[in-house]
Amino acid sequence: MFSPLNFRIGFFLAVRQLRRSSVWTNSLIIFVMVLTFLNLVVVSGILVGLIQGSIEALRDQYTSDVVVSNLKTKSYIEFSPDIIQIIQKIPQVQNITARYIEGVSLEANYKTKTDDREKPNTAGSEIVGIDPIAENAVTGLSRWIIEGSFLEPGDYDQILIGSNLLKKYVPVDNPGFSALYDVEPGSKIRIKVNGIEREVTVKGILKSKVQEVSLRVYIIDSQLRSMIGRNDFNVDEISIKLTTGTDPLVVRDALRREGVTRYAKVQTYVDAQPKFIKDIRDTFALLGNMISSIGLVVASITIFIVIFINALTRRKFIGILKGIGISGHAIEISYVMQSIFYAFIGSAIGFVILYGFLQPFIARHPIDFPFSDGILVAPLSGTLLRISLLVVATVIAGYIPARMIVRKNTLDSILGRK
Amino acid sequence: MIEVKNLHKTFMNGQVETSVLKGLDFKIEKGEFIAIMGRSGAGKSTFMYQISLLDEPTRGEIIIDGISTHTMTTEQKTTFRLTRLGYVFQDYALIPELTAVENVALPLLMQGMPTKKAMTTAQNALKTVGLATHGNQLPSQLSGGEQQRVSISRAISHNPDILFADEPTANLDNESSLTIMDIFKQLHKQGQTIIMVTHEEEYGKMAEKTVTLNDGRIVQVKKNTN
Repeated sequence: MFSPLNFRIGFFLAVRQLRRSSVWTNSLIIFVMVLTFLNLVVVSGILVGLIQGSIEALRDQYTSDVVVSNLKTKSYIEFSPDIIQIIQKIPQVQNITARYIEGVSLEANYKTKTDDREKPNTAGSEIVGIDPIAENAVTGLSRWIIEGSFLEPGDYDQILIGSNLLKKYVPVDNPGFSALYDVEPGSKIRIKVNGIEREVTVKGILKSKVQEVSLRVYIIDSQLRSMIGRNDFNVDEISIKLTTGTDPLVVRDALRREGVTRYAKVQTYVDAQPKFIKDIRDTFALLGNMISSIGLVVASITIFIVIFINALTRRKFIGILKGIGISGHAIEISYVMQSIFYAFIGSAIGFVILYGFLQPFIARHPIDFPFSDGILVAPLSGTLLRISLLVVATVIAGYIPARMIVRKNTLDSILGRK
Repeated sequence: MIEVKNLHKTFMNGQVETSVLKGLDFKIEKGEFIAIMGRSGAGKSTFMYQISLLDEPTRGEIIIDGISTHTMTTEQKTTFRLTRLGYVFQDYALIPELTAVENVALPLLMQGMPTKKAMTTAQNALKTVGLATHGNQLPSQLSGGEQQRVSISRAISHNPDILFADEPTANLDNESSLTIMDIFKQLHKQGQTIIMVTHEEEYGKMAEKTVTLNDGRIVQVKKNTN
């Protein structure tokens, strides 16, 4: 079957059949192949991208590239000032932000409450003490202000509050969840941290799809430090932004070598991903592959039908070719080559659409999913693998019908007998 | 050159057995121009399909140049047809996507001839049938007579031992039919063995010998004087 002569004749026939067949038919088949390719790559890419978008957002808005946090056995990072010094000496470090984190209870509208039996307007969360300039340099927190304005150094007794703590942004009414109502920039709120109560003013409201941003309260670090009595300057969390192109593993390992892990947990943004996020990503990838597999089967059936109909309607000519001495294998190869052509052209056009338009477009305009800004994840290696799968599937789908027709009795084919 | 011994062909239509060829014995010598004639259903086309190796006889033997063909595999028969036989079909049987010259060149390419040489040979074959200027035209752009001439070119381009023609003039007008028969006569003069099936007596008479079949049997073998 695989003699060079058969390939030569197969190619000769395939090229001419493709060149001289209907442009519309060829276009339709190629269009189906493009859709199949996009189905193979884009569906799984969007599903994975949905989670990847969430991961990227967590990195961008919260953990940054490397995050240092307290050990499980400690309530804060011991020797934080020393650790910060070590971090700052690493050349690849661009910016860092250190955070104090404590539990907080919030109460609003306490001044207007007239009846003691009235349920207080309260919510519970975490309060984060930040240096607004450093925090903004690392996470760009100010981007997520939707009402009011961002904190400035010296903004004592002022807070930023996450939108998920406010009823107007989370209109959920269930017994396990409480959010503040009638709160807007300028509202007075009573916060209680470590038993210390303080009245603060809401300076701004933050809204982001990252829960760590939208479900927290932010205050100037020096004020929180004094409220919790952390006079040793030991913080709870340090996020480190690296210079562009730096592998976070390099810095993580450098910090580990410096012995930072004796006092704190050092993780890259990947290490810091919650396990359930990784599980969801893997699940979605699997789901995407399953959907893609169905797409592959559909593509194979499409090619099978196209080639079968093509070969069936040309059965007489196949009979004539065999009759004048053209090898059946050469005829089969001609159909396989046509299938490969459709798969390659479809994949090539799909490839250009994917990397030339879809991926950059979605990167610029992420898909607005409720819990993440979905991107399109389509690594080149995965795409090439899918193209290979598509080509293999179409080769098989092209060969089988061609073989079915070619193996029919030559004379029956010529005379159109069943 | 071709020896047919006790050739039988039976078709099964459900439970019904139809015997089309009933024990033919016949010899065709090299360089002969034979017209197989007979009424519709006499078995003339079936006879030609058997001796041209396009079909398998139910019983009997076909020996071509001393080679018993019933022992050949399908692949061997295909190669035999490619290298030693040529075919002209009633409905021209050209491949619609190939130009005239490509149609003619195809068997040559399959024999391993380099493309350039195959195209030149094919072009020369077209020239011999008066179609030198039609090489780049598709079959759909040619008249019936021209298509049949392309078909003859394809059949003779590789100098086959035997040229088979199945009702080559059936779909043609009188003028085109005469042109085709003139080509056959020319080829015969050059020593080409030709076996032609026809139901048209005036063209059958142009052959060297007429073999008449009736009800699956040879009823007459007549030498024509022309």
